[in-house]
Amino acid sequence: MARKTPGLNTGAMSDISFLLLAFFLMVSNINTDMGIARKLPPPLPEDAEAPDVRERNIFVVLVNKDDRLLYNNEYGRIEDLKERAKEFLGNPNNLPNLPEKVATDIPLLGTVDVSKGVISLRNDRGTSYDMYLQVQNELTAAIKEMRDDLSTAHFGKKFADITEQQREAIEQAIPVAISEAEPTKIGGK
Amino acid sequence: MARFTGKKAKSTPELNMGSMSDIIFMLLFFFMVITTMRESSLYVKIIPPQGSEVTKLEKKSLVSYINVGVPLPDQQKKYGTEPRIQLNDQISEVSDIITFCELERSARPEADRPFLTTAIKADKQVRMGMISDIKQELRQAGALKIFYNASKGNSKSK
Repeated sequence: MARKTPGLNTGAMSDISFLLLAFFLMVSNINTDMGIARKLPPPLPEDAEAPDVRERNIFVVLVNKDDRLLYNNEYGRIEDLKERAKEFLGNPNNLPNLPEKVATDIPLLGTVDVSKGVISLRNDRGTSYDMYLQVQNELTAAIKEMRDDLSTAHFGKKFADITEQQREAIEQAIPVAISEAEPTKIGGK
Repeated sequence: MARFTGKKAKSTPELNMGSMSDIIFMLLFFFMVITTMRESSLYVKIIPPQGSEVTKLEKKSLVSYINVGVPLPDQQKKYGTEPRIQLNDQISEVSDIITFCELERSARPEADRPFLTTAIKADKQVRMGMISDIKQELRQAGALKIFYNASKGNSKSK
C-alpha cells in the first residue's frame, strides 16, 4: 500500500498569487479607449479641381479661432447643430433650398431616397480641439439619430442592434457625409 | 455535560488554505483578461475632450497611438511648454509621423494592414493647427482610418 503523503501547507501559495495579482494590477490599465472614428480622404493629386457641387447640397460649418460657429454664413450655437444637420441631411419636406435626393435601390431596404447633401466642416488653426470634437460629436449624433429612425422604420430595431448586412444597407442609405476642407493657414499658429 | 467537555483541549482546527490560492488565481486571470499592458509612459499631459456619441475602439492590437499635449511639468525643461507630439515613447516632430506609420504598418501581418487605425489622443486645449498638420501627414502616409479619443460624458449641448 502506498504511503500516505502528509498534507502540504499551501498557505503561502495564496501569498504568491496575491503578489502576482498586485503586479498585474499595477502594470496594466483597464481598457478605456473611447472616441469618434472617422475616415480621412486620400491625398489629392496636384492638379485636382474642386468638384462641382451645387450650393443647395452643401451645409457649411465654420469654427473660428475663438470657437464660434457659423452655419451657412449665419451665427449659430452648438446646441442647434444637431437639429440643423438632421434637417439638412433629411430634407423631410423636399424644400428647394435643401439637398437633392436620388432614389437608389438598396438591398433589404428597397428604393430609398439618398440625400446628396454634404456637410462641409472648416476650422481655423486656432480652433481648440475640444470645440472641434464637440462639432464632430453633434454631427455624429445627427447621423446616428437618422440611422436609428430609418432602422426602426424598416427593421423595428435600433441601428446598433441589427445584423451586419442590415447595417451596411443603412450605411448606404445614410452615409457619413462630412467633408473637411483642406487646411488653411488662417487664425493663429 | 461532563462527557462533552474535557475530551480534547480547546483549539481551533487548522484551516485548509488550498482553495484560497485558487480564488486568487481566478481574480488574477480575470484582471489579466480585461486589462492591457501599459505600453509606454506618457510624457505629455492629456485630458481628453468629452463627447456623448463616443464608441469603443475595437481591435486594440491594430491601433497605433499619437499623443498630443503639453509636456508634463518634470519634462518641461527638456521639451518646453508648447504642445508636443509623442509617438511610442519619445517626443517627436510632425515630420516623423510618416516614418512612424511605415514602422507600425510593417510590424503587423500583411492581412491586417488595411484595418490599421491611428488613434489621436489629444488634450482638449490643443489647437487644431497641430491636429490638422497631423492629419495631413497621415493622409500622406496612407493611414486613413483615424480615431479621435474622447471620454464619455455630457457634451456642451446637453
